Amino acid sequence: MSEVYIAILIIWVFLFVYAIAGSIDFGAGFWAMFYQTSKETQASQIANRYLSPSWEVTNVFLVLLVIALVGFFPGAAFYLGTLMILPVSLVLILLAIRSAFMVYSFTVKKYTRTLTVISGLTGLLIPALMVSILPVSIGGFIASSGERHFILFNEVLTSPAVYTHIGFGLATELFLSALLLSDYAREAGNEEVYGIYRKNAIVLGPVTLLFAVSALLTLIPEAPWMVETMMDIWYLFALSLAAAVIGYSTLWWKSDKTNLGRPRIGVLLIILQFGLASFGYGLSHMPYILYPDLTVYEAFTDPVMFRWLLYGYGGGLAILIPAFIVFWRLFMKDKRYLQINQEEK
Amino acid sequence: MDQVLLTRTLFGSSMAFHIIFATLGVGVTLMILFAEIMRWIRKDDDYGIMAKRWTKGFAILLGVAIPSGTIVGVMLSLLWPGFMEIVGKVIAVPFQIEIFAFFLEAVFMSIYIYAADRLSNVMRVISVALVAFGASSSAYLINIAHSWMNTPRGFQLTDGQVTDVDPWAAVMNPSMQYTSKHVLATAYMTGAFVLVSIAAYKLLRKTNSDHERAYHKKGLMLTLVVALIASLYTATNGHDTAKMLHNEMPLKLAAAEGLFETQANAPLAIMGIPDPETGTIIGGIEIPGMLSWLATGTTEGVVQGLNDFPREEWPPLFVHTLFNIMVGIGFSLIGIAGIAIAWSVLFRGRDFPAWLLLILVTTGPLSMLAIEMGWIFSCTGRQPWTIYGIQSTTDAATQSGNIGTLFILFMALYVMLLVLTGLVLKYYFSKNPLHEDLTKMKVQVLD
Repeated sequence: MSEVYIAILIIWVFLFVYAIAGSIDFGAGFWAMFYQTSKETQASQIANRYLSPSWEVTNVFLVLLVIALVGFFPGAAFYLGTLMILPVSLVLILLAIRSAFMVYSFTVKKYTRTLTVISGLTGLLIPALMVSILPVSIGGFIASSGERHFILFNEVLTSPAVYTHIGFGLATELFLSALLLSDYAREAGNEEVYGIYRKNAIVLGPVTLLFAVSALLTLIPEAPWMVETMMDIWYLFALSLAAAVIGYSTLWWKSDKTNLGRPRIGVLLIILQFGLASFGYGLSHMPYILYPDLTVYEAFTDPVMFRWLLYGYGGGLAILIPAFIVFWRLFMKDKRYLQINQEEK
Repeated sequence: MDQVLLTRTLFGSSMAFHIIFATLGVGVTLMILFAEIMRWIRKDDDYGIMAKRWTKGFAILLGVAIPSGTIVGVMLSLLWPGFMEIVGKVIAVPFQIEIFAFFLEAVFMSIYIYAADRLSNVMRVISVALVAFGASSSAYLINIAHSWMNTPRGFQLTDGQVTDVDPWAAVMNPSMQYTSKHVLATAYMTGAFVLVSIAAYKLLRKTNSDHERAYHKKGLMLTLVVALIASLYTATNGHDTAKMLHNEMPLKLAAAEGLFETQANAPLAIMGIPDPETGTIIGGIEIPGMLSWLATGTTEGVVQGLNDFPREEWPPLFVHTLFNIMVGIGFSLIGIAGIAIAWSVLFRGRDFPAWLLLILVTTGPLSMLAIEMGWIFSCTGRQPWTIYGIQSTTDAATQSGNIGTLFILFMALYVMLLVLTGLVLKYYFSKNPLHEDLTKMKVQVLD
């Protein structure tokens, strides 16, 4: 495998990890808001219990993605930075409001409700906005005059592909977070909350799949150059679909708890589904980062730097994996943390 | 305003905003670690409460520190795409390792805050030590990139193409040590002085109970000692930095000191306004030979002046004032901390007088002001270059329009977050006053 392919594969992995972790993070923020006024359920507390320790770590994955892109593909950082200045700035502003208001809402009990609504809603918009960047990179939306390139916002706003992608982003974050929170609730031994998130996941699963398929279908006329590879690797998409169907069916599998469903296996299969689909999408996108102006080869970093970065990521991960394991045990496994005291209700 | 200036203003304001939170993030975590250690050594739960309350304040700041760090990190690519293209090829390594330090900090911060009750004493100190280590290392690493902008090494730029990349040489650039240590030491100093201010302010109140007064005095002494050590170190490091500037960036040194003529026995100008037309400093005090001595170690040493360099490469001369404010505050703070500590050593046990407490209240804001001045000095003093001598700021800046709109949006965001974060801090600590924590502790002890 060539160096460029290794580098883009690493970027895909980081993008994929952040897409999953970010979706769950922002989705959980939404659910915490959605159920906060409900007296009968602890669904909101469970969502916050997940969110409090994890949002900072999730945010670091976003920075990791940006830094990795700058290091491995400085040319892409140049191009994307110039082109995407408006949408990315908007994401940054929303991100700041979301994080700050979430922390405020944990701190100022008097206004918790309003503050949670602000952080929940801004958080909901972020993944939708981020995903809408994808169709812009497939071509047709970028014009240039001399050295300057810019996005044709009118074309973007009238393109169906952009709206199907936004819908896909929204559905994904809600579905993934509902599914994960159902698993989290079960881990906490809270079958009542498990039931609520399971129901949400049941409704949102098909919606997400529908948006995924329509995003793909509206993409094809905009990006005929991607179709040929997609046809070649049809089996990846087929496997992804299979993982989706089986993953979704786990919500009805028998378990030894009161409710049906094996959410842990469901979460893993759905992550597999997204992994396969993203990999397929990424392969079809090759060799372009921005069609037709920029390929991975043109954007690639200096070969010496590439090797340094590779060792760096190897070493860094070796240190971090034990830290993540400790983190996982303390916040995702430990019953003392997961269970919600009655007085907190 | 022209495009480049607008871009600089947007990025500069974002940095000015972020640096407040970043500095406290580095400085306060170290103080939390010391409080935890004191609690352990002294077996005194007051220090435990101190660590807890500082941590709560820090956790609120994190809500802004983390996204503001993300903003400046991403903004680099948005506003300085030409710069980041070279960064990616030459100095990406410290950025990358910084991410791991950042992860370490985030992971153990969550563990320290949300799992404290499930950790043993040793594990708790280890977690907070890793938080402080992560915060400090990320500051150290990111400033390697900053130092490289001043003294770039490890590559050649021919016809806009980067060649002969040597990432290690880029990291080990001549100013790397000085810059990173300076930023770290001043962050420790500022974090400590901000907590000095709070403790001194609380001690000024007449309504303190004995226990509250004892608590604040412990806090004040702990923070003062750290503040004094960090500011003394900053002074020696600042001196080394001046020598480094003399060797590597003589023009920046000349602008900082307002020195026009190259000369031996160069005077040190304190305050005053450099006038480029006459080539003299208007007002201010000059100490003969002092600058030569500071830069070269002897009053005979020759220091290069501004006139040795083409006028279009001069940075704006107001950096002299920024530099003086920064150094002036630094020395005043050493004096104040020194007097306060001397007071408590000489008059063992006697309370600080109100006048001294009032002065101590100003140290936190002054320290933060010095940080801001230092950053503006360092980045303005590098102008007209982004990468000194290699890439001009004009070449580094984005070509996209809309910077004006973005500037307004981001300013509104920063002002809102500053005001709200202040209000949230005030709300939390007035709802959760110290005496409640102290009473709770007593009840626990009696149980």
